[in-house]
Order: sequence, then C-alpha cells, then structure tokens
Amino acid sequence: MGRNNKIYLLIYASIIFLLPALLRNNYQLMVLNVAALNIMVVIGLNLLMGYAGQISLGHAAFFGLGAYLSAIFTATYGFPTWPTMILAMAITGLVAYIIGIPTLKLEGHYLVMATLGFNVIVYIVMIQLDEVTGGPSGFAGIPRLAIGSLVFDSDRKIYYLLGAGSLGVLLVSLNLIHSRVGRAMAALSHNEIAAKCAGIDTEMYKVKIFVISAVWASLAGSLYAHYITFISPGTFSFFYSIQVVTMVLVGGIGSLWGSLFGAVLLTLLPEVLHAVKEYNVLIYGLILMLVLLFFPQGLIPGIMEAFGKGKMFNHSEVLKKGA
Amino acid sequence: MDYQGYPEDQAILKVREITMRFGGLEALNNLSLAISPHQIVSIIGPNGAGKTTLLNAITGVFSPDSGEILFRARPISRLKPFQIASLGINRTFQQAQLFANMTVLENVMVGRHPRTKTGFLEGMLHLPNERREEKEIKEKAASLLDFFGLLPKAGWMAAHISIAEQKRLEISRAMAGEPALLLLDEPVAGLNIRETEEIGDLIVKLREKGQTIILVEHNMHLVMGISDWVIVLHHGSKISEGRPEEMQKDRRVVEAYLGK
Amino acid sequence: MTLSLQISQFILSGLTTGSTYALIAIGFSLIHNSTGIVNFAQGEFVMLGGMFMITFYSFLKLPMLPSFFLTVLSVAAVGFLLERGPIRRSKSKEILVLVMITVGASISIKGLSMILWGKNPMTLPPFSGEDPLLLFGAALMPQSIWIFGITVSVVAALHYFFKGTITGKAMRAVAASRRSALLTGIPVDRMILFSFTLSGALGAVAGIILTPITTTSYDVGVMLGLKGFSAAILGGYGSMPGAVVGGLLLGVFESLGAGLVSSEYKDALAFLILLTVLFLKPSGILGQGRLRRV
Repeated sequence: MGRNNKIYLLIYASIIFLLPALLRNNYQLMVLNVAALNIMVVIGLNLLMGYAGQISLGHAAFFGLGAYLSAIFTATYGFPTWPTMILAMAITGLVAYIIGIPTLKLEGHYLVMATLGFNVIVYIVMIQLDEVTGGPSGFAGIPRLAIGSLVFDSDRKIYYLLGAGSLGVLLVSLNLIHSRVGRAMAALSHNEIAAKCAGIDTEMYKVKIFVISAVWASLAGSLYAHYITFISPGTFSFFYSIQVVTMVLVGGIGSLWGSLFGAVLLTLLPEVLHAVKEYNVLIYGLILMLVLLFFPQGLIPGIMEAFGKGKMFNHSEVLKKGA
Repeated sequence: MDYQGYPEDQAILKVREITMRFGGLEALNNLSLAISPHQIVSIIGPNGAGKTTLLNAITGVFSPDSGEILFRARPISRLKPFQIASLGINRTFQQAQLFANMTVLENVMVGRHPRTKTGFLEGMLHLPNERREEKEIKEKAASLLDFFGLLPKAGWMAAHISIAEQKRLEISRAMAGEPALLLLDEPVAGLNIRETEEIGDLIVKLREKGQTIILVEHNMHLVMGISDWVIVLHHGSKISEGRPEEMQKDRRVVEAYLGK
Repeated sequence: MTLSLQISQFILSGLTTGSTYALIAIGFSLIHNSTGIVNFAQGEFVMLGGMFMITFYSFLKLPMLPSFFLTVLSVAAVGFLLERGPIRRSKSKEILVLVMITVGASISIKGLSMILWGKNPMTLPPFSGEDPLLLFGAALMPQSIWIFGITVSVVAALHYFFKGTITGKAMRAVAASRRSALLTGIPVDRMILFSFTLSGALGAVAGIILTPITTTSYDVGVMLGLKGFSAAILGGYGSMPGAVVGGLLLGVFESLGAGLVSSEYKDALAFLILLTVLFLKPSGILGQGRLRRV
C-alpha cells in the first residue's frame, strides 16, 4: 500500500493509543467513540462513492440493521455477541446485494432514491414492528461485548475496541484499494467502457463494493448497540444517511484519509453547535451545499490544494470523475 | 512469410452475416468475413463504412441485430464486453481511452485483469498469494512497457504523456490481457511519420511473436506496408478482400474511395 | 358499510391524495426533463406551499385568493433562487453533485422552516366547509372536489402550455435534446430556470390544496417528495401523463393498502412500490425504457 500509508497508519494507531491521556472526562471519550463508529461507516461509503461513483442515502438503514439484528438476537434470543455481529453483517450484506443488483445498473441517482426509499421502509418497520423492535420507545437491555473475562463496560474500554476497529477497517480498505480489485474499481470509475473492454465485470464490482459498504455500516451498528446498550429508531433515520454522505464529501471522495478527517470533524461539529441546537439541521444543509458548490472534490483536498499541498493525496486514492 | 489464403475452418474469428442498424441507418449490412490466426489483417474503407461499428460488434459493445460472431468456434455476439475480453479479444480505441488519473504502469496493470484472479478477501487481507500475484502483475506490466518503449515513464500520469505514447500505452494495456486477437482502431491517427513508423514496427514485432491482429486504419502506407491480408468495407458490406498489392489495383476499392 | 362501499371510499380518498402526488410528480418530471437531475427539494416546495399559505391566510389574515397567488409566487421564487443560486453556480456540473446539492437545499429549507415556523403541525381550514357530500354512497369531502378541480385545471393548463405556446414547445425541445435546442437558438439556461420556477409553483399548489386534509409541519417535505418521486417513476419518469397516472395510482394503492391491509405501514407502501418498479421496470408504466446504461 505504499510507505506513506503505512506511516500514516502508525501515526493514527499512536494517536488512538495516546489520546485518552489528554482527555479530561468521559463525555469526550464518548464523542470520540461515536466518531470511530462514524469512521467505519464513512470509509465504506467512500469506497462506494469513490469507486462505484454512486451515492447511497440509505446507510443509516444498514447501520440500523446491524444494530437491531445484534440487539434482537443477543438480548431476546440469547445468541452470543460476536458471532451474531458476523451474522448481522452477512444478513445486511445480503440485503444490500438484493437492492444493489437491479439498481446499480441504472444511473447514479436511481440508487440515491432507491436507498432513501429503503431507509424509510426500514425506519417504518423499526417503529411498527414493536413486539420485536420495541417500537418508537426503543430497545433496551442489550448485552455488552466481552472477550473472555474482559467486559467492555466503560467508555474507556470501548474506546480502545472501537479505535482498533476503525484502524482495522481502514487498514483492510487501504489494502483493497491497492490490490488488483482496487485497481479494477478505480479503472471502472474513470472510464467504464475501457474497463469493460479490458475484461472488468463492472456491474459485479459495483454490487460488491455496495455490499462491502453496507457490511462496514452493519459492523458499526452492532458495535454501537453493544456499546450504548439501548437503541431507538430515531438514530437510524435518513438524516444520519445524509450526515455520513456529507462526511464523505467533506473529506473528499476517494480519499480514505480524508474520510477520517471528515468523520471526526462532522462528529465534533454538533457538539460545538450544541448551544444552537435548533440550527443543527439548517447548518448541516448549508455545509452540504457549500462544500458541494465550491469543493466538489472534497473540502479537505480543496483546502490542501488552496495551500499548494495538493500533491499530498496519493494519486491512486483521490479520484476526479470527469472535469 | 508469404500468405496464401486460408481454409475457413482455421479461422480464429468468423463474422457471419451480421447486420446492425442505428435508428434507420444500416451500419453493417449482412457482413461476413473470417480472420486467420497469426496474421495482420487490415480492415479499410471510406468513412462511414462500418469499420468501428464492426469492432464494437466484435467486442460486445453493441449486439448485432442479426447474424452471429464466432471466436474460436464459440458464438460471442450475445456476450458482454468483459466476457469477450476474458475470452481473449482486446482492443484499442480511436481516441485513446486511458485511465487518465492512474500512472502509465497502473494502466497496463489493469490490462492484466482477465488473466489474474485474486479477489476482495485476498486483497483486503493482503494474503501471500495476493502479494505474489501483485508482483507478477507488476513485472509483466513492466516488461510490456519495456517492449513498447515506455518503461522510463512508468511512474508518469497517463494523461501527461504524449499522444503517440498514449497510443502505445493503450496497445500495451491491451496486450497485457494476453489476447488471442488484438483489435487496433486507428492506432496511428494523428501521428507524424516517425511515430507512425515506430508503431508500425511494434505491430510487426507483435505479429512475429505470433499475435493475431486486426488493424482498422486510414493510413494506406501503413496498411499496405505491414498487412498480410486486407478486407475492404463500404456502406457496411465487404466489397473486396485479398493481399495488399491486389487491393491497391482492385477497381472496386479505388472507386469506393474516390466515389463514383 | 359494505365492502364495495368501503372500497369506493378508499378509492375516492386515494384519488384525492393521488392528485397531489400527481402534481408533485409533474414537478419532478419537469426538472428531470430539462436538467437530468432529481430535484430533492421538490417535497420542500410542497411544504412551503402549505406554510406560506398559512402565513398569508391564517396569520396575516389576507383573503383566500390573494393568499393563494402570493403563496404560489413565493414558492416559485424559491425555485427560481434554487436554480439561479446553488445549481447555476456549482463548480461541478455532474448530475450526482447537483442532486446532492438539491439534497442540501432541501435540508436547509427544512431547517429554516423549523426555525421560522416551529415544530408543531399546523393546518388550513378547508376551502368551502367541512360537510361531506355523498357520491354513490361514499362520502366526499368538498375539499376533495377542490383538489380534483384544481389538479385538473393545472394539468389542462400545462398541457396547453406545452403543446400550444412557444415557451412550452421550447421546453419540450430542451427535454428532447439539449444540444439541438442550443443549436436552434433556444435559451436553454432560461428554460432550465423556468422549469425550476414552475416546479416551485406546482409544489406550492399541491401543498395548498393538500394541507386542509393532512395538516403540515416543517418535516412533511421528505415523505411527500419521495412519494411524488415514486409516483413519477411508477408512471414513467419524465412524462407528464405518466406523472398523472402514477400519482393517481399511487394514491389509490396507498389508500387501499391502508384500508384493507394495514394502516401502520401505509407510508412504507409508496417506497415498496418505488423499489419494485425500479427493480422490475425502471421505465415505469408509460415509459419508453431509456434508463439502462450501455
């Protein structure tokens, strides 16, 4: 994956390890934990947006599927937590596969609408299927994660788990980009007809990357459920889907490191805006529009270019679709 | 090597009475032809004769409205482009379709795709067999670049090399797929004499290694200079075929080009 | 009530909401035809229609007709500003980016509405009283007659506009082929601006006539927009008759589904239809099948 990326990964790992020493209270840890979960979702979404050139407005539903599947199987039926997490990932992946196959053949904005519709359906089911999901008041009593006798019952302990998780997702995704599959996907996002004639099954790759992005979101959802031990439908509305898309756009489509920044930045932003909570929605909308208007290649890459540091992003990571 | 003509059953590619219509226009009209292996076969004809449409039909970009195309005796006209490429037909385009934001080397590495197989899981986990395959891909790509004289610019962005180099890069990407049949669509269009000669030499070298090549070109000097066989299209039909010297003298061909 | 009477009741109310879906769907088709994008803010135009009408009529106590026109004008202005502003000024002209810009606009409008009008649902009195009329034994709210009447008038006016006026024909030309339209001297940019403005006006009308029946609040935009989009896809994306057929059908399906099967999942039905159509025949009922990529 190149020497630079390995160095950045080491730096990231060190930051994860050392950061808690600088923090004052648990609340800050919790914010970082949420950021780590967002990072996982955003990286998957970035793979979809950067390589398949498609936008999904339904990732909150995949996140929610992971959360509810884990919650229901472990709390209601007593399944073990870790295998259930994997089961949830498989089920979510399958759902994404079913949605993806017909819609990814169409123009990009059909996936936008299909995933949004999917998000709304899942949201409604979460609310209405209340004997199973707990309905609008939510689902409580989700067991915590544990490895042997180590139970992840504090913000601090979860922090290291989620930090490692985000590192793992990042590592695996970087590997993917720099592999034969990653190259094929980069090719298909640059020039689909040339990619096809070079022997790349573009339709299949788009579906697979959509599935992977859904699987990462499901993983984050399961972790979220076992962390907070209580989930409710409000968390998984399509507004969250829009938030994660905004995080990708801010960080730069195709740049995984940018996604890291985008996720952290926009997770911290509402905390900063806490005083003006009413304006949360308006400000999100404005940020989304402004970033798209002036930095369609991403806020972070745009700023770096403005400072003459445009070369910092490895060319095979940052993709510019057309002009 | 003197080319005598070929028995039909040894043809590597058979086009059987294909017709393609776009709107009300018939781009290919009941066209039949056969390509023998290890030859450079040029397809020529005035503009609009259907040459690029024929290439698009062979590579699966469009499906013919009727008729069939057989590659190594296997019908391919209903297959998707990527399947046809995997079976062993690779092509270049009239305007070089490179992956502009990838390096020269990476462009060729993409061409290796149908001959390699590591997937998502091996890629994500960077397994040993994936590492090995990556190494192979890189080495093969580099040796191809060397053959095409592009190795010094392996790390350059594909968009930043000259047009002639881009054309050579596209051919080397196509060759990375180890195609049994190589289709070149106007590989020297817009190039000067020296660049044209360079590419002409490379094409001949490929043929000497046994490569089967279909060449669509307007540059008659190149066509007559390196082809083993020439097929002439006009208004979507084949009006003549034969050795280059014969075509130069063929009245129908001359008329087609000059217009009657 | 007998089953057949119940069904007629459901169908009638379905046609009512379906008419508004039809208007919303037409708005989507207009913008898609001129620019190729999905205007995510379409639903917000509908919401604003209701909100502005309430402001002019209930808060400022202006008479009904002037309120109506002022509302339509105001939301048309919003559509105008959306195109003139973010859409026109976008650095990237890629469809996906423009669609996401409309998403951002939709959220911003929603957020602004939340601040201006608060979170509580609000409503309008029905235009001419609440006593239901009886039609073949089924109860018909007078508001429904207004909805049908206004929808029919609007659709007829649009039909005349597109077939009979120069501007309308120019817009159809842009929809058929932007390049050719440019070459024949049609001011494509102005046509696009007009399509956004007109969509705003249509959304406003839909919002105004719907609010007395369903109430409105700052967040109804998304659902309405999505349902309108589903209707457009169902009937055949980009075609006006398709939008009308799709809207009415969606309204009826929704109503029958809610009445006969389950009312809790009513809202999900529209999206199930959306997904089903996208999966099976993306070009919709009346569509020509142009949606697949090569």
